[in-house]
Amino acid sequence: MASPTDRFYTETHEWIKLQGERVLLGITRFAVDELTDVTFVELPAIGKTLTVGKAFGEIESVKATSELYAPVDGAVVEVNDAVKNDPSTINQDPYEAGWLVAVKTGPVDTSKLMSAAQYDAKFNIH
Amino acid sequence: MTSYAKSLEMLFGGDIIFLTGVFLSHTLNLLKTPFHEFHVSQGAKMVGFAGWDMPLLYRGIIAEHQHTRKSASVFDVSHMGRVKFTGPDAVKFLNHLLTRNIAGAAVGQSLYSLVCNENGGVLDDVIVSRMEKYHLMVCNASNRLKLLAWFDRHRTGFDVQISDETLQTAMVALQGPKVIELLDAVLPKPVAGLKRYHCMMQRYMFIPFTVCRSGYTGEDGVEVICGNSAALMAIKFLLKSDGQGTESLVQPAGLGARDTLRLEAGMPLYGHELSETVDPISAGLNWAVAKDKDFIGSKALAGLVQHGTPQKLVGLLVDSPRTPRQDMTVLAGGKPVGRITSATASPTMGRTIAMAYVQSEFSEPGTAVEVDLRGTPLAATVTKLPFYKRAG
Repeated sequence: MASPTDRFYTETHEWIKLQGERVLLGITRFAVDELTDVTFVELPAIGKTLTVGKAFGEIESVKATSELYAPVDGAVVEVNDAVKNDPSTINQDPYEAGWLVAVKTGPVDTSKLMSAAQYDAKFNIH
Repeated sequence: MTSYAKSLEMLFGGDIIFLTGVFLSHTLNLLKTPFHEFHVSQGAKMVGFAGWDMPLLYRGIIAEHQHTRKSASVFDVSHMGRVKFTGPDAVKFLNHLLTRNIAGAAVGQSLYSLVCNENGGVLDDVIVSRMEKYHLMVCNASNRLKLLAWFDRHRTGFDVQISDETLQTAMVALQGPKVIELLDAVLPKPVAGLKRYHCMMQRYMFIPFTVCRSGYTGEDGVEVICGNSAALMAIKFLLKSDGQGTESLVQPAGLGARDTLRLEAGMPLYGHELSETVDPISAGLNWAVAKDKDFIGSKALAGLVQHGTPQKLVGLLVDSPRTPRQDMTVLAGGKPVGRITSATASPTMGRTIAMAYVQSEFSEPGTAVEVDLRGTPLAATVTKLPFYKRAG
C-alpha cells in the first residue's frame, strides 16, 4: 500500500508530518511489517532534545529490537501514551493513532528527507 | 529504525542481508516447499530460513499463536529433514549415532533423541520413528546436510542404506486442542487412540501418508508426512474441511508463532538452546541419553552425568515488558553467571519469558537474577520449564 503523501520519510523508516511549529513523528507501515507484532516502545520524556540521525528510542517486537532515529532536531513536546500503554496500536495504525512523539522544531529542512513517492520507490512499496 | 543484526541473524538462520537498516531475505537460490504457492496466495510474509523460503507469518505472530492454543493451526514444516534408514544394520547404525536406545522401540513408536559428537556436543536433535520397513529420522533443516555428511563418515562397516527424502516429500504439523477431533471426522483411521510419540500409516483416496502424534507447540496434535504431489491437495482439504473460509477452525501459522509456542512449552531450539558446544545434560535432556549402550559421545556424557554440569538450562520470568535477546548476559550480584538463549513476550502468559544457561549454583527455581539489556538491568526469577503446559 502506498505511503501517505502528506509527510516526509527517512531511509531508516521514520516519518514526520509538519504541523506548523512542530512535527509528528512515527514509523512506517513497511517498518512495522518488518518488525511484526510490537511489544514495547521506549520513548523520550517531554523536554528531551532530539538530534538528526541520533537514536532517540527503541522499539521491540516479538521478533526483533530496533532503534529509532531522529529525522529532525528539536525538543519533545508530546508523547503518545496510547502506544506506550498498548504497543499494538503501532501495528494497527502506524500513520495516525500509532504516532510516537511530537517535536518542536525550527524550520524543517526537508531536502534530506524523502517524499512518499521517493520512499515507496526506494523500498519497492506499492 | 535499525534492527540489531545479531538476534535477527540467529533467528532467521543467517539468511538476512542488512541494507540501510532493512533486512531482506535472499530470494535467489532458496528452496521452495510444495506449499510455497499456497503461502504466497495466503499473503504470507516470507523469509529465508535454513536455505528455504518459508512463511514467517500470515496474519500476525501473536494471533497465530493464540489461535493454536485455542483451536487448530497448520504449519508447513516441509523444510525439516526426512531421512530413511534401511538395511540389516540400520538399528545398529542408528544406535551407534543416537543418544536414545532405539533397539527396544516398537513398530510405530517415535523417539526424541540427540546426535552428539565425541565430546558430547549436540550435532542435532531429531525424532526417529520405527516404521514397518524402515526407520525415519526427522531432523532440523539447518542441520540436514551436516548430519548426512556425519552419517556418511560413520557408516563404514555397517550394512545400511541412507536415503534423504526431504525434497520428495512434504510435512505439515497440525497443532491445537481441536486437531484430533477434526481429523477423526475426516480420516479413515481414527487418530484419537494414537499414543503420543507414535505413528501410523494411513491412506486417503489411494494416497498414503504417515501420521505421528507429536509436535513442537505444547499442544496436542500430529505431524503428517506425504509425497509432494499429494501435499497441496491435503492442505486445501484441511482448510476447507469446515467450510468457513477465513473463520475456518484451522488457520495457517508461520515460523514466528512456531518459535513463540515452543518457547512457552520449554522446548529447545537448535542454534539457541542446543549447539555443538552444549551437551544434552546441561540442556536438561538427561532423560534422552541412554545409559545402557555405547554411542558416539557416550563416554563424555557419562562423565557429565556422574560429576554434574557447570551450567544448566533454566527458565526465567523477567519482570519487565522488555524482551531480552539471545546472548545477553545473566547477572547475579552484579557478576555474569549466564547467557540468554531465547526470549519472548509470552502471548499466553502476558509477560516476558526467557530461557538461559546459568551456572548450576544459580539454577534453583526462585533464584533472583538480572538480565543485562545493553546496560539496563532487568530483574528476573529462575523458574522450572516448561512455562506452559496444556490442560489434560
